[in-house]
Order: sequence, then C-alpha cells, then structure tokens
Amino acid sequence: MKKIIAVIAALVVLAAVAPFVNSYILILLTQALVLGIIAMSVDLLLGYTGLPSLGQAAYLGMGAYLTAILASTYGFGLGGGFWIVVVLGILAGAAAAAVFGLFAVRASGVYFLMITLALGMCVWGLAYRWNSLTGGDNGINMPGRPDFGIALSDDLNYFYLVLGFFSLSLAALYVLVRSPFGRSLVGIRERELRMRILGYNTWLHKYLAFVIAGGFGGLGGVLWAHLTGIVSPGDVILTTSVDVLLMVVLGGPGTLVGGAIGAGVVTFLREYLATIVPWWQYVLGAVYVLTILYLPGGLMGIPARIRNWRSATH
Amino acid sequence: MKRSVIAAAIGLSVTLPAAAQELRIGFVAPMTGIFAQIGKDMENGFQLYLDQHGGRLGGAKVTFIVEDTEGKPPVAVRKAEKLIRQDKVHMYIGGLLASTGYALAPVSSRLKTVYVLSVAAADDLTQRDLPKYPYIVRTSWTSSQPHHPLGQWACEQGFKRVSTVGADYAFGHEVVGGFQRVFEDCGGKVVQKIWPPLGTKDFGPYIPTLKRDVDAIFSLMVGPMALQFPKQLQAAGISKPVIGGGTSYDEFVLPAMGDEVLGHVSGLQYSAALDTPKNVEFVKAYRAKYGKVPSYYSESNYTTAQMIDEVMKRNKGKWPGPQQFIKAITSLKLDAVRGPVYFDDMRNPVQNIYIKKVEKKKMFGYPQEELWNTVIKTYPDVGQFWKYKKADYLKTPLYSRDYPPCKHCE
Repeated sequence: MKKIIAVIAALVVLAAVAPFVNSYILILLTQALVLGIIAMSVDLLLGYTGLPSLGQAAYLGMGAYLTAILASTYGFGLGGGFWIVVVLGILAGAAAAAVFGLFAVRASGVYFLMITLALGMCVWGLAYRWNSLTGGDNGINMPGRPDFGIALSDDLNYFYLVLGFFSLSLAALYVLVRSPFGRSLVGIRERELRMRILGYNTWLHKYLAFVIAGGFGGLGGVLWAHLTGIVSPGDVILTTSVDVLLMVVLGGPGTLVGGAIGAGVVTFLREYLATIVPWWQYVLGAVYVLTILYLPGGLMGIPARIRNWRSATH
Repeated sequence: MKRSVIAAAIGLSVTLPAAAQELRIGFVAPMTGIFAQIGKDMENGFQLYLDQHGGRLGGAKVTFIVEDTEGKPPVAVRKAEKLIRQDKVHMYIGGLLASTGYALAPVSSRLKTVYVLSVAAADDLTQRDLPKYPYIVRTSWTSSQPHHPLGQWACEQGFKRVSTVGADYAFGHEVVGGFQRVFEDCGGKVVQKIWPPLGTKDFGPYIPTLKRDVDAIFSLMVGPMALQFPKQLQAAGISKPVIGGGTSYDEFVLPAMGDEVLGHVSGLQYSAALDTPKNVEFVKAYRAKYGKVPSYYSESNYTTAQMIDEVMKRNKGKWPGPQQFIKAITSLKLDAVRGPVYFDDMRNPVQNIYIKKVEKKKMFGYPQEELWNTVIKTYPDVGQFWKYKKADYLKTPLYSRDYPPCKHCE
C-alpha cells in the first residue's frame, strides 16, 4: 500500500512540475515515459515470466510504422482518429507478438533471447528494405501531432497524454501481475516443471504474457512516432531492444516501476553525458556492468540492500 | 549564477556593444559509430575556419556546440531539439546521411530555426519538398548534381554501354539516377543496374554478373565499400574503365586505396588536388593541423563557415533572424575553396563540377607520391537541374531504384 502511494505521489509530482521545466527536459521526460511503457512490458516477460526478450523494438516498430503510414499516406489519426490509431497500434503489436510468440515461446533462456533477437531483426529488415511502404532508410516523417480539440503539438499537452497512458499501463500491468494469472507467471519463472505438474498450461501462460507485452510495445510505438516526428529503421534496430532490456535490468526486474526508473535514468544520463564527454558509451557500459555485478536487484533493490546491511551490522 | 551572467552581459553591452554579440551554432554529425571519422572531417572543416578567424564570424563570438547523431536519424532529431530548446542555438548545421537530412529538415520548420545542410545531399530537400522547409539552406550539393555532368562526360568519351553498381539506398539511387538520365539523353545506354546493399564488403556475388561487353562500369560506393570494390574488380581481372560517383573516390577514402584505382574517374564539386591558390592554402593549413588531406566533407563545412561569416559581416555581427539569414546567405556570391559558388532560387549551390582522375603523383610540395584526384575537366556553373528546365525536371519523379527505368537493361 505504501508503495502504491509513493508511485502515485511521484506521478502527481511529475505532472505538477512539468509546466515549469525547460522545454527540452520536458521532451526527455516524455521520452522516458514512453520508453518506460516499453520497459515495463519487457519486465512482464523478464521479471515476472523469466523470458529475456531481445526483440521488443519489433512491437514498438509495428505501432510506430502503423501510426506513421496511416498519418502520412492516408492522413488518418490526426484528429479524433488518434484514439482509433492507439487501439490499432496495440492490436498490431499484439498481433505481431502472437505470430512471433509461436516461434519464440517454445524456447527459454538464451535460446529465447536469440529467437526474439532474430525476429526483431526481421522487422528491422522489413522496415529497411520495403521502400514503398516504409520509406526505407529515410523513414517516414510525420505530418504533425494530432489535434482533437486539444492540440498535441503543444509539448506539455503531449506530455500529459503520455503520462496518462503511462499511468494506465502501470495500473493495468500492476493488476495483471497481482492476479492469479500473474502469480502463475511468477511460478513459471521459479520452476516451470512444477507448474506443469500442477496442471498449468505453462506454454499458454507464457504465450499470453508475450502477446500482452507486444500490445504494450505497440502502444509505446504509437506514442513514440508522435514524439519524435519521424519513424525510421533506426527506431526498430537491435540497440533499441537492448537499451530497453538494460533499462529493466538497471531499474530492477520484477518490479514494473523499476523499468520506468531505468528508462528515466538511461534517458537523462545518455543525453547529458553525450554532451559532456565523447566516450559516454563507456560510462553507460560501466554503469550496466556494475549494476549487474553488485546490484542484481537493480536500483529498486537498493532499499532492501541498505536494510539488509543495517540489520547485518547492528 | 545565470542572473549574474546576464547582468554582466548587460553591463558589457553598455560599454562595448560589439563584444556582447554572440552567435550560437549547433553542429550535428556522427561522432560515434561507423561514420564517426567522416563526422570528424566535417567538424574539423568548420573548426579550422573558426580557428583561423579567432573564433568569430563577422564579428560575432561563436559558441560552437557539437552533438553526436550516432548516424541515426531519430537520434539526430533529438539532438537538434536539444540544441534548439536547451542551448538556444541560432542555427544548426550538418547531417551526413541523406536519411539524417530528411529527418532534420522538419525540425527546422517546427521550431522555426535555420538548418544549414552542409553535407546531406538528399535531392528532394531542395527540390520537390522545398516548400515545406522555409528555414533550410544547402551549402553542399544534391546527390545527382555532379553526376549529371559526369553522364555527359562519359557520353562524350564515346562510351556507349555502361553497367552500374550502386549502394542500395536513397543516395545511391539518386547518384546513379542522375548519371543515367544525362548519359542516356546524350545517346548512351545503361544496360545493367546492380544494387549491392549499403555496407557490402564482399562483392563476390555481384562482380561475376557484370556484363563483359560494356564499355565502362559506373560505381557508387560509400565508406569501406569504396575500398573493397576496386580491389575485387582487379582481382577478378576486369580492366574496363571505371567511372564513379563522388564518394567512390573522395579524399576521405583515397589515402587508404592502392594502385588498383589509378585512372578511375569521378565527379564532384571539390577535389583536394585543385590547383588554385585558395585551395593550396586550405589543403596546407588543414593538413598541418589535422595530419590528413581534407575531404569534401571538410571543405563543405569550411565553406559553410565562410558563408556564415560573410552574412554576419554584412549584418555587422548581429544575428539577422532566421528569415533574413536565409535571404542573405542565398544572395551570396562567394569565392570559395572549391571555386565560385552562388545559389539558385531553391537554395542549392550553383558551382563548378570537376571531373577527376585518380593519379599517383607529388603535389603542393609534399615529398611523397600519393593518390590525388587530378581535375581533367571543369563544368562551370552547374546547378541541381543540369541543363533541364526546372519546371520540367520537377515534374519527373525523384530518382529511385526504378526511376529512371532501365529501358536498355538486357
């Protein structure tokens, strides 16, 4: 209960300070929230189900390209149609995951990692080579953000929209992981064989988790497309998937908010480091390595570690 | 802290009005990733001009902020947003790949900030898409611009049948397209078009399919591809004349090449071997400072700095505002390192195009024999539409994999 209040308080504070921060920080915050949605979807797989997915950018790509193609070719989704695009984006992400899941969910561990990586690269390959649909290497420029009475071209409005979607996603995923379904996912993570013996259809559980994660990835994609104003193969490339996975690892898998915190830390660290030092990638790399070595629970694991350390010394 | 700086600035402006003027310039180029070295060449060019002028352009003190695009369009957009929103730059410059150019241009319209395309050559930005981007100006070239005259030259050499091998992405399509259009309008025939993916290092699957009865091979390579293709062509025993797009033999790749490229011909708006006093001075200064011969990436950004300098000088060091700046820079007639440059009414340079042949020789008093792009023919005052009427040209589609169609392909 305390934790829920803390999270709600954090979101309220975020909403309250947003009008007063400089416009670039506002964009970074929005970006961190979008990545946060995707990171949480990865956390559902990695943290709760024990499936390390390296292909989440594929679903982001589905949502983003769908939004971009509808907007640029058909002029659809720039008014009230935006809400339909959101639904379509979620469905597109889920549908792609439903297909990919047939291949990927059969495997586990490092094999799951490799298969999702390969499938993710397939989507990248399509985005890169299917010139007539995706604009190839050049990508697709968005004609502008939607306006349905509220103009999303205003960055603050867009931030609030993304914050809303983020909060809904967090709430939905929180309910999901606390439900019997979510508990059985954790059971599968801990010991799949036992769950199977207990009569659970573990494949179906994992498959559904995979599809749901894909749906949230698709949602993230729709928001991502309108955030940057361009959708290009650079968005769906492997590094995006790796980044998101590392955000979860950094923040703390199996905590949902950990992924979001990781997204925030990485986004800000990267932007500001890159401005200060040209070798910023090493710093980020060192942060990851140190986290994995010394903080297996990620940033979210810090309070528990401090408690442990205190009780050990006293 | 901030307040005291502002106060200091106000204080200064009372006593020394000229000293307080500042020009904030953002520079976006790949600084990490496979294009990092080209990004460095770009930055060095601009920096050299700044250093030669005491860090001032037209009297204004320049704050020069470099941001890394990692060669990815979405990152480039984010960096441009940062430069404009956080650093409050007056303009941003750069962008290497065509895709980066296409991504960066809308930012300039959205945030009403000047974007100077100092390298990105994507044709349509200053052609069919120009009306969408009132705040951009190009100081370099369109992909097809040097390759129209190159097509003419190839035709005049008596080449009748040509095979093309071009990197399979927008830039490659536009380069090959420009060459093909003029070459065929002059009576030549492109009989084969091969498109290896960008970044291909092994041309084994492509070289054997080259037709044996062609008069010449046209190649458009970028980066490491440029090194591999001539080598593997030679290894396959093919000794046909090779003509190439500008980036196949630019000074960025040339020092890493061997004798296999001797005699190869290419076209571009710059050659480091240009024997003009301005260029000799530039090459010597650049080489003394950075230890390498400048590439067109360097020259283009050096000249961009020179253009900004001219505009700021005319305005006595005061930033004229984005619209006035665009107006002023496009009315310049400049004696640049690459030769005389002025702008057409679509904000793209009109300039000399040099047809260049790779030769091994000593130049400019350097002791060692090196590869240089010797200029063998100059086409003066070449614009982006070559000799076609602008209106007719704009009615035809953008060059792509399928346009111009390969009518003579066998």
